Amino acid sequence: MSQRQVLQVFEQYQKSRMQFVQTVAELASRPQNIETLQNAGVMSLLRPLLLDVVPTIQQTAALALGRLASYNDDLAEAVVKGEILPQLVYSLAEQNRFYKKAAAFVLRAVAKHSPQLAQAVVDCGALDALVVSLEDFDPGVKEAAAWALDYIACHNGELSQAVVDAGAVPLLVLCIQEPELAVKRIAASALNDIAKHSPELAQTVVDAGAIAHLAQMILNPDAKLKRQVFSALSQISKHSVDLAEMVVEAEVFPAVLTSLKDPDEHVRKNATTLIREIAKHTPELSQMIVNAGGVAAVIDYLGDSRGNVRLSGIMMLGYVAAHSENLAMAVIVSKGVPQLAICLAEETEDHIRSATAWALGQIGRHSPEHARAVAMANVLPRLLAFYMDAQSSDDLQAKAKKALKSILQKCTYVPALEPLLHEAPSNILKHVICQFSKVLLHDSKARRLFVTSGGLKKVQEIKAEPGSLLQEYINSINNCFPEEIVRCRAVCVLLRRKPSYHVSCGTGTVKLLGKQF
Amino acid sequence: MYNLAANFRLAACRHHGNARTRSDMARLEWLQRQIEGIKEEHVIENRYVIALVEHSAAVRLQSWFRGCQVRARLRLLHRKATIIQKVWRGFRARNQFRQMVKVSLLFRPNKIFLLIQRRWRGYYVRKYIHNYYALKRYLEGLTIKNEQVRKDLEEFAELQRREMERLAREREGQRKCLQAQRLHFLLSTEQCPGVFNSPYRDFPHEMELRLRSIKPLLAKNAPLRRDSGGSPACSLPPVPSKKPQGPFRDPAEVLQQRYRPLEPTLRVATSITALEEAREELRREEWRSRVIDDIFQPFSNAHKNRKYERTLHGTSSYEQVDYGTKYFREENKEKRQGEKPFKTVFTTDHVFDKFGQFYSSAGKIV
Repeated sequence: MSQRQVLQVFEQYQKSRMQFVQTVAELASRPQNIETLQNAGVMSLLRPLLLDVVPTIQQTAALALGRLASYNDDLAEAVVKGEILPQLVYSLAEQNRFYKKAAAFVLRAVAKHSPQLAQAVVDCGALDALVVSLEDFDPGVKEAAAWALDYIACHNGELSQAVVDAGAVPLLVLCIQEPELAVKRIAASALNDIAKHSPELAQTVVDAGAIAHLAQMILNPDAKLKRQVFSALSQISKHSVDLAEMVVEAEVFPAVLTSLKDPDEHVRKNATTLIREIAKHTPELSQMIVNAGGVAAVIDYLGDSRGNVRLSGIMMLGYVAAHSENLAMAVIVSKGVPQLAICLAEETEDHIRSATAWALGQIGRHSPEHARAVAMANVLPRLLAFYMDAQSSDDLQAKAKKALKSILQKCTYVPALEPLLHEAPSNILKHVICQFSKVLLHDSKARRLFVTSGGLKKVQEIKAEPGSLLQEYINSINNCFPEEIVRCRAVCVLLRRKPSYHVSCGTGTVKLLGKQF
Repeated sequence: MYNLAANFRLAACRHHGNARTRSDMARLEWLQRQIEGIKEEHVIENRYVIALVEHSAAVRLQSWFRGCQVRARLRLLHRKATIIQKVWRGFRARNQFRQMVKVSLLFRPNKIFLLIQRRWRGYYVRKYIHNYYALKRYLEGLTIKNEQVRKDLEEFAELQRREMERLAREREGQRKCLQAQRLHFLLSTEQCPGVFNSPYRDFPHEMELRLRSIKPLLAKNAPLRRDSGGSPACSLPPVPSKKPQGPFRDPAEVLQQRYRPLEPTLRVATSITALEEAREELRREEWRSRVIDDIFQPFSNAHKNRKYERTLHGTSSYEQVDYGTKYFREENKEKRQGEKPFKTVFTTDHVFDKFGQFYSSAGKIV
């Protein structure tokens, strides 16, 4: 046998390994092949290939493993149990950039499934290697490492703390300043996932100087980057007043409002979420947003969008209105109530409806003026319908009831109260009657209207337990009218089946009222 | 007096009669000299009358001056009196007011208290609790600001939309341009109208105009199509599974031929640096397989071939060269050079390379 023939054997072996790994990697990219591959024992075959002498085979094997692991958590667990991770981590520090990328991909694919798997990745010492890769010269490696850190940190506070302890945050902040968009995006996303767990973690991110760089990127034309930036800023500002103030001090404000008109839906949603997270903390921050014209912009945004993305805008209006009377007035003046009424009518999902009901309740609960503005948008019958509807969720019913109650306790707008008198159940009726008793005592015109519209008759029909609060209110209403009218009405109620009598009696009362008042 | 007047009249008459005469001039001088005397005479005559006139004038002056003096004093006295009156009246009025306040406090204290309370409450509430007018102003301002923000955002959105439309238009234009470049062969000619230039229509299709304005895509500039990147077998017709009826070859044979590995000629298969490589390989082989570094020398005449070995101290890499000691110039240059340069590459006979490799059996005859 000549030398060439001997070498040919090796060459063939290498070629077949290469072919095998490439084919497996390609097959693993389709979900329908995964089961078959798993049953064929692909894991045990790929593992030795990770230690192959040829770098290309190593990389492709890592790629195939990553694709398998990202498919489901069973396969990811198989990767962990196969003791593959230490090899990867070891070679992450040693090998060339292609291999680094592939190894970081496997780590990411394993870590993304569950906190336990992410913990397994952390336990094998991946964090230090990943943090070192963040300093790599190649942007692709940086991206892959930041992505893996992102997936590790997104599960819970302890894992995020581990990522922070490994010293990743300053490097991620450096990654934000890279010129490559992909690196920026992933780094912003990683900071977002670190900051979202606790105020301390968010403070760490802020201490690394992330806010200034994030705020600079608000006006970036890339939509995906903007999504991540707004998300990160909102996760930072959601924790405490101080953090929210720091975000505001980075002069995000007029710039955020322009993003509410962005063509990308998620950018708009995340921008609204940021405004909401800032507005919810204190009246001062809310006032700042109102003065910057944020409320008008958010109301416009509610008009532009449909469905789930409206939720954060609705909640933002609710938070602003909840802080103080003047802020609620500002929401009303910015034409927020009709927009919320439209949302309440258009949306079909219960959680958005309940958020809208809550926001309306927050606007209407301050004073009669506020309640009047809410009642004039004709939302009370709709709220009542949601409360009465057996199909609406418990949360929606509770929110609708609370909103109705808080609005009715301030409402003195009689045309809105009238229909409720006929439809409302007793626990709502109590508040309606209470409001009537207060209004009728002072307003003679309303008294006249109350009789002619049949309200007094309705009041006589209510069966209240003697001595109850409801009965007291009814009595005080009756005391507002002369004895004869009340008695006449009572008789009418008794002889309800004779409409002719009822009509004549009605005209009689009007005449009588004309004399009396 | 009358004496003087009569004299004067007389003189005037004379003067009037013959004023040009010399005697008249002399007379006038005389008369003038006389006037002083007449004046003195007159004063002495009327001294009592003059004294009377002067006296009355003096009295008049004195009365005017004294009147002024007295009036000034009266004015001064009036001013003083006003001051006294002012102070006294103020004193009286203040006393009276105090009395009045004391009385009203004694009998109707609530009104004052209410007044103070009202003022204070108004001030306090406006400052700390709720200022209606301030709120109204603020809300008006807010409405204006909201309008402005809405307008700005609308403008911004409009700008963005236009920018996106522009980009889309540009992309569309590029796409159409590329398509036109690809379809350039459909351009109509003088003789024959193209597909886009139907003679049944009034005006040619938009594409026709674009075809006219654009240059065709050159073959080297044409973007690669994805499907043409595969093996040349893609463009070949499919091989049937069964042997079709007729003078056709067996499908297995066809397939074998189609997927026959490339067999290049010896010349193509050989590397251009094959000679150097072979030499290098030989050298390496020799180095690898050599057991002893000492060159094998024949036994006879060994002393002639022995090379001088220096001592370790005297060892130097700079060996003595022959140039300069044995010779200075190349001798017999012409003798060494041949007529033609040495040929390293030979022409090959292609006929032998192709033997038995042709598809057709006709080739085998060669």
